Amino acid sequence: MKTEMRSKRFERLRQRDINKEVFVSEMPELGLIVMDSPGDPKPSLEIRDGRITEMDGRAEAEFDAIDRFIAKHGINLTHAPDAMAMGSLEIARMLVDIHVPQRRVMQVFSGLTPAMIAEVMSHLNVVEMMMAMQKMRQRKRPYDQAHVTNWKENPALVAADAAEAGLRGFAEGETTVRVARMAPFSALALLVGAQVGRPGMMTQISCEEALNLRLAMKGLATYAETLSVYGTIPSFLDGDDTPWSKGILASAYASRGIKSRFTSGSGSEALMGYGMGFSMLYLEIRCLLMVKGAGSQGVQNGSISCIALPESLPNGVRGVMAENLVAAALGLEVASGNDAMSSHSQMRKTAKLMLQMLPGTDFVTSGHSVMPRKDNLFGGGNFDAEDMDDWLVIQRDMQVDTGLKPVREAEVLAVRRHAAKAIQAVFREMDFPAITEAEVEAATTAFSSDDMPDRESIADLAAADAFLDSDLTALDVVAALARAGFEDVAENVLEMQRQRVLGDYLHTSAVFDEDFNVQSAVNTPNDYRGPGTGYRVEGKVWDDIRALPQAIDPHALVEDEAPDPGLDLAPIGPAAAGDGAEVVVALGPAFASVMNKTLAGLSHAEVLRAILDGIAAEGVAWRVVKVWHGADLADIGLSGARLCGSGIGIGLQSKGTALIHKKGLAPLNNLELLSMAPNLTLDSYFALGRNAACYATGRAPAPVPMKVDNMARLRLIVHTTLLHHREVRQIDKARSVEEMKVTFR
Amino acid sequence: MTDDPDRPFRYPLGQHHRDEIATKSGRPLKDLDLDRILSGQVGPDDVSVSAETLELQAAFARKAGYGEVAENLLSAAEMTRIPSTEILEIYEAMRPGRSTYYQLLSLSQRIASMYQAEHTGAYIREAAEAYRDTGLLKMDED
Repeated sequence: MKTEMRSKRFERLRQRDINKEVFVSEMPELGLIVMDSPGDPKPSLEIRDGRITEMDGRAEAEFDAIDRFIAKHGINLTHAPDAMAMGSLEIARMLVDIHVPQRRVMQVFSGLTPAMIAEVMSHLNVVEMMMAMQKMRQRKRPYDQAHVTNWKENPALVAADAAEAGLRGFAEGETTVRVARMAPFSALALLVGAQVGRPGMMTQISCEEALNLRLAMKGLATYAETLSVYGTIPSFLDGDDTPWSKGILASAYASRGIKSRFTSGSGSEALMGYGMGFSMLYLEIRCLLMVKGAGSQGVQNGSISCIALPESLPNGVRGVMAENLVAAALGLEVASGNDAMSSHSQMRKTAKLMLQMLPGTDFVTSGHSVMPRKDNLFGGGNFDAEDMDDWLVIQRDMQVDTGLKPVREAEVLAVRRHAAKAIQAVFREMDFPAITEAEVEAATTAFSSDDMPDRESIADLAAADAFLDSDLTALDVVAALARAGFEDVAENVLEMQRQRVLGDYLHTSAVFDEDFNVQSAVNTPNDYRGPGTGYRVEGKVWDDIRALPQAIDPHALVEDEAPDPGLDLAPIGPAAAGDGAEVVVALGPAFASVMNKTLAGLSHAEVLRAILDGIAAEGVAWRVVKVWHGADLADIGLSGARLCGSGIGIGLQSKGTALIHKKGLAPLNNLELLSMAPNLTLDSYFALGRNAACYATGRAPAPVPMKVDNMARLRLIVHTTLLHHREVRQIDKARSVEEMKVTFR
Repeated sequence: MTDDPDRPFRYPLGQHHRDEIATKSGRPLKDLDLDRILSGQVGPDDVSVSAETLELQAAFARKAGYGEVAENLLSAAEMTRIPSTEILEIYEAMRPGRSTYYQLLSLSQRIASMYQAEHTGAYIREAAEAYRDTGLLKMDED
């Protein structure tokens, strides 16, 4: 029987995280195609007597309800004739051309049909989409949204996590519920906690549409993003809505001074069984034109919870970026996804994130979990509490800003505790089931809800029901906070209510800064026009981003300069050429005089003694010299070799790197090199001495074994730089190589 | 609160006109303070946005190039006059398969006349026609 040959490398690849994913080829008839489906219509537009009579190859009489809504509300008839007369390639180039202002591109997009927009996107690669996003994002500064939930639905923990989210700089926080009836308490805890961590952080709860609206009307939520729309009618009906019912909600929220955005995203229609042969992007563009037509200021899109579906297909990540870009080009605020788990592979997740993080979107994620994954009730966050530092380092690496800044442990603990105490006080004042001191303390320091005491959930649910049905509103929460001595939090929750009266944050891309100043596309529009314009990471923001708590003063990495007390090296005059079977050990200029340890922490005395012992073990004589004219290892070693009777020299830098060199060889062509100074032991140095003695006496030893540790360089490169700098500072070009008298103490 | 052409309103209102803004109940926004809340002098309508303020915001949106947002804010201005329970009922009636054509038409008329909500009324009427033409009405009676 013939056995199939198998590669051990392929075997290993099959086990990699990336190969836990499902990849499929396109299947357009089910809508399993991201862009450019053969079923997508060709762009067309006919306007008669001020109304659209044909759109993308479909006559008015054949319009479905979505076509009808878009034709009525989503396309600007003033700009449409000129915009549709342009070539799709020309429009694609306008997107990336820094000489075409954002507003001009928005004007063109306002007159395009869904199929035309899809065609424009098909001309762009992802880098061009990122360029375009940098220009088309509506608000000048990008921000991020937090997800705040926990498995036990403990209100003290929700409040503490919300406060931490605020402190970290999240401009918005969203919660949701495992048990729907807990919604009033989770919304309340989020509101109170957020105002502790960052005054002006907006909060919302994702729950059933009508309940959501009720909670918002009570003042327990300040924005909403649950208004889901779909690109085909059967999907819409499964969602139990129509474009018009969603549209009325947009106005309803605004009428109560509540900001709202819609939700849509690639793949939802196919997943619900109604992709109907269209590409995911084409259907998403239909959604976006509905969103715009409904007068919503923005959308969360980027496939959201369906992300794994486009990612199973070719150019799925590109298509998802295209939908973010289309939303921005239509003048909508974009919360750009990156919230639902998108991959098993960290590399793939990060790569996808870069498309939104680098150009910046209004909200880089539509939910970045501040808790560990198991507490994320949104179905597992793509980025969670444990990824926070990675995120901050990437901001520092790339000089990009998503509104998040490094925080210190002590300040996090302080705001968490204050938030837990505040919600405890609210519960007490409002006669809700008590939050115990133990809960407050646990919420302050918790990693996850595992660290929280259990609550009586039946009592909580009954109280939450009663709260929902009562006339109590956020004003009662304000009063409770003030009565209990939390005037600071009360004032912030109250200011949030005042902002509902002012309505400034109903505008496109609006958020508040920490001082409740609104930042929207109206007063802080993105004015990117190429290098030197638009949002730049500078000033205090950059100072915050680069000051990672983990970043230390490089001076602290190495001890002060000091000679080695165990070794006395006394110059006894210029080194002369020797003769016979000897080995010359040549030391770097800082050796034992201003430095005393190698990168491996071995003292200079120990290292030199090991080498000399190794030479002596083979019965060979040695001399020790110090090289002053340079610090390069090859130069040091070769300088020794040239003076040596046998022509064999050992070069030893003060940081511990060593080699064996031979007279007549090119500088970089040595006999043996111990390059991994951090991993060297006294045995390695002894073996190096012995081998040098063997070369000096015409024998060929086995090279000294070396453990290769590729991470050592990563860990120690800063130390290496600092230590080597000390060696370099001791260089004295005019001083010749000197013979040294060696005394061990 | 009138829009004085010599001193037009500037966005954001919270920064430039905080002292001139009144709540839906007509009270000055600056009355909304902790003392008055603690003494029970503030009701829900005192923390609601007024139609006038939303109209101002609509004008800002339009001027900034966000025409659709402006339209939405104008509808919202009308809807400040509609009680919350009624808003929830309108939403329910407009969900798919909930209403007949005539139910939607009569809802449209009632909302428009009872709350001086022309915009909203027209929108419901438009939905009625769209639902009739595309099969989204309540099935059994139509």
